[in-house]
Amino acid sequence: MPVNNKQIATIDGNEAAAHVAYRVNEVCAIYPITPSSNMAELADEWSAKGIKNIWGNVPDVIEMQSEGGAAGTVHGALQTGALTTTFTASQGLMLMLPNMYKIAGELTATVFHIAARSLAAQGLSIFGDHQDVMAARTTGFAILGSASVQEAHDLALIAQAATLRSRIPFMHFFDGFRTSHEVNKLELLTDEQVKKMIPDEFVFAHRSRAMNPDHPFIRGTAQNPDVYFQSRETVNSFYDATPLIVENMMREFEELTGRKYELFQYSGAPDAKYVTVIIGSGGETVAETVKALNASGEKTGVIQVRLYRPFSVEHFLTALPGSVESIAVLDRTKESGANGEPLYQDILAALVEGLQWGTLSKFPNVTGGRYGLSSKEFTPAMVKGIYDEMVKGKQAKNHFTIGINDDVTHTSLAYDESFTLDESEWRQALFFGLGADGTVGANKNSIKIIGENTELFAQGYFVYDSKKSGARTVSHLRFGPHPIRAPYLITRADFIACHQFNFTEKVEMLDFIKPGGTFLLNSPYSKEAVWDQLPGNVQKQIIDKKLLFYIIDATNVARDTGMSGRINTIMQTCFFALSGVLPKEEAIEQIKHAIEKTYSKKGKAVVEQNFKAVDAALEHLFEVKVPAKASSVSGMLAVVGNDAPAFVKEVTAMMMSGHGDELPVSKMSQDGTYPSGTTKWEKRNISDQVPAWDPDTCIQCGNCAYVCPHSVIRAKFYHEGFLKKAPEGFQSAPINSRGFPETKYTLQIYAEDCTGCNLCVEVCPAANPTDRSIKAINMADKEPDVEKIRKGIRFFEDLPWNNRSEINFSTVHGAQFLEPLFEFSGACAGCGETPYLKLLSQLFGDRLLVANATGCSSIYGGNLPTTPWTMNAAGQGPAWSNSLFEDNAEFGLGMRITADQQVAMAGGLLKQLAPQLGEAFVNDILNAPQLQESEIAEQRKRINELKEKLANIPDATAKHLLSVCEQLVHRSVWLVGGDGWAYDIGYGGLDHALASGRNINVLVLDTEVYSNTGGQSSKSTPTAASAKFASAGKRGGKKDLAMQAVSYGNVYVARIAFGANPQQTLLAMREAEAYNGPSLILAYSHCIAHGYDLKDGLTQQHNAVASGYWPLMRYNPVLRKKKQNPFILDSTRPVMPLKEFAYKELRYKVLTQTHPTEAEELMVLAQEMLNQRWKNYEELATKTASDFVPIA
Amino acid sequence: MDLRTTYMGLNLRSPIVVSACTLSEEVGNIVQMEDAGAGAVVLFSLFEEQVKKEAAQYETIVRTTSNLFAEASDFFPDLDLYHKGSDQYLENIRRAKERVQIPVIASLNGTTNEGWIHYARQMEQAGADGLEINIFFIPGDVHLSTAAVEHRYLNIIDEVKNTVKIPVAVKLNPYFSAMGNMAKRMQEYGANALVLFNRFYQPDFDINKLSLLHDLHFSEPAEIKLPLLWIALLYGRVPVSLAATTGVQSAIEVIKYILAGADVAMTASALYKNGIGYLKTMNKELEAWMLTREFDSIDAFKGVMSQQHISDPTSYERANYIRILESRK
Repeated sequence: MPVNNKQIATIDGNEAAAHVAYRVNEVCAIYPITPSSNMAELADEWSAKGIKNIWGNVPDVIEMQSEGGAAGTVHGALQTGALTTTFTASQGLMLMLPNMYKIAGELTATVFHIAARSLAAQGLSIFGDHQDVMAARTTGFAILGSASVQEAHDLALIAQAATLRSRIPFMHFFDGFRTSHEVNKLELLTDEQVKKMIPDEFVFAHRSRAMNPDHPFIRGTAQNPDVYFQSRETVNSFYDATPLIVENMMREFEELTGRKYELFQYSGAPDAKYVTVIIGSGGETVAETVKALNASGEKTGVIQVRLYRPFSVEHFLTALPGSVESIAVLDRTKESGANGEPLYQDILAALVEGLQWGTLSKFPNVTGGRYGLSSKEFTPAMVKGIYDEMVKGKQAKNHFTIGINDDVTHTSLAYDESFTLDESEWRQALFFGLGADGTVGANKNSIKIIGENTELFAQGYFVYDSKKSGARTVSHLRFGPHPIRAPYLITRADFIACHQFNFTEKVEMLDFIKPGGTFLLNSPYSKEAVWDQLPGNVQKQIIDKKLLFYIIDATNVARDTGMSGRINTIMQTCFFALSGVLPKEEAIEQIKHAIEKTYSKKGKAVVEQNFKAVDAALEHLFEVKVPAKASSVSGMLAVVGNDAPAFVKEVTAMMMSGHGDELPVSKMSQDGTYPSGTTKWEKRNISDQVPAWDPDTCIQCGNCAYVCPHSVIRAKFYHEGFLKKAPEGFQSAPINSRGFPETKYTLQIYAEDCTGCNLCVEVCPAANPTDRSIKAINMADKEPDVEKIRKGIRFFEDLPWNNRSEINFSTVHGAQFLEPLFEFSGACAGCGETPYLKLLSQLFGDRLLVANATGCSSIYGGNLPTTPWTMNAAGQGPAWSNSLFEDNAEFGLGMRITADQQVAMAGGLLKQLAPQLGEAFVNDILNAPQLQESEIAEQRKRINELKEKLANIPDATAKHLLSVCEQLVHRSVWLVGGDGWAYDIGYGGLDHALASGRNINVLVLDTEVYSNTGGQSSKSTPTAASAKFASAGKRGGKKDLAMQAVSYGNVYVARIAFGANPQQTLLAMREAEAYNGPSLILAYSHCIAHGYDLKDGLTQQHNAVASGYWPLMRYNPVLRKKKQNPFILDSTRPVMPLKEFAYKELRYKVLTQTHPTEAEELMVLAQEMLNQRWKNYEELATKTASDFVPIA
Repeated sequence: MDLRTTYMGLNLRSPIVVSACTLSEEVGNIVQMEDAGAGAVVLFSLFEEQVKKEAAQYETIVRTTSNLFAEASDFFPDLDLYHKGSDQYLENIRRAKERVQIPVIASLNGTTNEGWIHYARQMEQAGADGLEINIFFIPGDVHLSTAAVEHRYLNIIDEVKNTVKIPVAVKLNPYFSAMGNMAKRMQEYGANALVLFNRFYQPDFDINKLSLLHDLHFSEPAEIKLPLLWIALLYGRVPVSLAATTGVQSAIEVIKYILAGADVAMTASALYKNGIGYLKTMNKELEAWMLTREFDSIDAFKGVMSQQHISDPTSYERANYIRILESRK
């Protein structure tokens, strides 16, 4: 709303930048990548709603298959005269590099908006730093950096104005997450202001340079040594002119808005002796700290770099105070092996030139340092530490780091962590909640309410842990009378709200509260009883810090007011009432006003219900009388058990408990290698309801263990004698298979690792004969005695795993007895992907190599602190790695090639050593069949024997063989990823890997949408479904990847859905692995992005198959060779219309209302497509071998 | 041939009306119904608890997929345009009204007083020509008295009538101790029409799985006898429009009901079985029968077989039953 005639908004940095970018462009070609995705999504949303740019046109927004594709499209659109932009980050920017050189070389006006992010090196990181932008600094793009949400808005326009005038393309960047996701109050630019900065003449000039058959020319020639060099130098004058152009634009902008920017913005003492140089949001922190330091008599200053490329030495030297003695250049990037990071080197060069020109009379002490990689905190305390170091003059540490403890190469600066700025004009609040409890959403709403309806300024930043289920969130909110320039986390809050009671014994949240602050706790206990439920250290902090302590039973209040599960509204009300941000009455009035605004369309009843919840919240908010002394002897829960390995205790546990920042460099893996199987040490206890097994009802089918996404349900059978030592309450039943006398069966629930998804209950076919409402497995309250749970599990784990050679792998019943080597991942509760991975690990885990494309499966599969791929008692298990998003097929193919090469090598060496090893022994190894589990076991025995023999042969050949002989146990190479990888960004590589004929297995976890980045459409997204970038419904058909692979003839192909036909899933995975050639399995994976309660995931999988939407099939080249029809249709004819399946999911249903006409039309089309495909499949299933491609 | 009739004050071109069913969930089908000659369309029922459940489910889905982890702040585009709860139903009324001329009657199945009032008002505002309130209530509570059950019905009618100005029909079940008196009192509380009768969900058992069977069969012509009886008994005695709604598979049942005194006969199962176009056949057969019988209008034969008009009124009552039993001896 307008305040003082200004258009005020409370939005994040992404929206701030996109708001301008959308209005000054005609085409956006994008590909989603964190943390930039929201910019593109907003542009798409606005385009879909018909919102116009400043010229009255609706920009065309297109999602491409990769950033490389997006850059190509941008290039093409620019070359033909459209004002074009894109939004990206990190690896995305890397994929754009080739086009960026072209775009710059051709002097093409455009602005790429970048939410700057780390690059994947020793590990991937989605968080913010400048590695991506700095890697692109050689492309010829100008680089303009914003330091705040307001700047992201303003400089987006300045960049656009400058690019059109200079013809130099711009990267406009701001810090990923810290700025892109920080919500802050800002002044919006009006269309009039934007128009004034973009005069039509420059737009016409841009268009006039476009390719046009009416005035043809050729651009993009190939050049020879005679002219390339000279041609490269033609652009110099354009670069020379650009800094002045940008400066002029900043002046024009200042006249229009009153907001002043400089190319190199100096702030601090005019006679500063110590000056830092920095780019990005860290500059805000430095500038505010400089104010505080100077107020206490110091002589400090900071140059915030806005225009980094083209680098204007002249402007830099002008900005630098003549009094400067020391300069510290701060880079938020890392350039291994370089003599300092890029900004440092540029500043050094500029100073040298200044000396040469005579502009500079003496050379100051210059140091360079790194800070803030991957959104590492950068605080006023660190800034002070840097200035303190500069005082040392020539003794000041160069090439330093700040914010970490580098105890290996000793680069890090020490600093006083207790230093803070004056925060007295702010009200600071922290909220500890769960991703799924709506805490973050409510806080975003609170910021909007206060930011847009009062004179107060507001800032919000949200921190998530790396799990997808039961993720903890911390919301950092600041309110104050002036713009808030504090891009760092709150460490001294006035108010802390804990939305989940169990956090009190897991998270040391009161470390972050000021003395005298207010602590609000969502408590199931009364104000009289709650005190005794708190751990001792929490009690002590409440007493010592003289906190005001309030409780509310938000869960019950929500339930009683008909808003079950929605504690967020209740807690939000309490925050408004207690925090002191606004006077209580005004605060409540504001929240009710906001409710009315949000829900008025839904009718008076809904508004009233919310009002009732607000009133009830206030009525049930109680202050707790704090006793004088702490009474509790209980402490915080141990992060990991005593039996955890040393690394887990010393390193992993620190990360788990939120103390990862304290880990020194020496504790880190040097090359990104981490131990397998660490999730087992992280007992998250995120569900109060867990499965309870009823042995008497159970038919031991194994379905529950099969579908459990988190490997929480496991089965063993064993001799009943073992039970003599069983702990109390350990459950068992006589095994119901014949031929196993004195044998018991146990279905063990790992209750502490359960996410409460309900899939096991849904799939259970057995009902109690006397009470049909009870199944063999039922959700029940979790046993409160954790030790009792653990005793049972320990006993179960001590029972031997059943001999794999004796288990029938071909049945679901048999598969339950195979040890899962993928367990307790952070995937969503009810995840539809992980059951496939678990099965993969059960079937082939001890000899499995996994190449995992970036996406959901690489996050729940490989995001620190703990990872789920684990090993068996023999120490064997899946070896897992993630390279990139786009290259996974090639990455996995490389693994196969190594295996094949080393097997061949080992074969040759074996033959050479046959005289020493024994001919028969060597032949046994070389000719060993390895299809059956018993055959694999035999080969393992032989290789172990071989290793022993080789150890005793003092010969280089033997040593060579020893180094590769483990490859002689057949390795199962699996390329795993989602549909975004397989259908889009990695499709070319996948196609090539399949065509290679090599023995690779591809498992596509098909959720039909980009699940990890928030539901963007892929080429797997089905017709008639709605997704981001297909909000009016996907019109095109879903790519039939299966049939494309079938067309090669020699690729094993299967389409599976474990919820519809678990047996077929099992069969397909085993056939794929057994096939000595490329295999492709498309696995239907239900997902939260489909929009329904995932406990119904199996039903929906069943319906997907029953409607013919997801026909189960297998194409087996082995059958073709045997002259049989290789195409097997495993589904029966459709028994329900598509819409009966589809309209149970929000992704389809939403369209019936947002675009009803299209929905009707598209559903008819989708049904027709389905019918046609079914007909084709049915025909194929009736053909003979000779109708299919012959294979060699 | 004049097929026109009047139903709760609405002028209809045919007495064949499409009863509340899922076919009317799609506006395209409603257009087809008009094209095929339907006199009016009763839209599919809005179930209050369903609306609330859907709204709650939607809220849960959105809450549990928003701001869930750092990379995905949400999953679904355009949710601000997504109409939750009754919005979609109301939108259907609006869209149907834009595309057809025949009366569009909304159907509401509430569970709370607040719900009845709220949704009835919304339906009227969305442009419904009439409202059918579908009181689907099994008084399973053994402590609930007859009077309390009756009061509940009347109270709902009272609340709804005080809320809307459009005519209100009550779709009810036949299981009242004094059905006739109940019909009269409903009319006195303001009901403009009575729809006879609602078909209750009556579960069956699967003796192998020890579970409930949830199938619901289409009504059969044989089932028309109960509504036929009550329409014939009520016609002329209670000044209210009468609609028959069970077992209408062809024009024959339509004719029978009109003979008994119904203003309209409603069908859905005939359309499920034979397609929406079957309405044309039904109208033609009705016309053909009228031609044969030389009735030139619906009014000409409406109620001629009612208890009021029939020469032997006792045949509708107990004496007739005894006569039938005796004839079997």
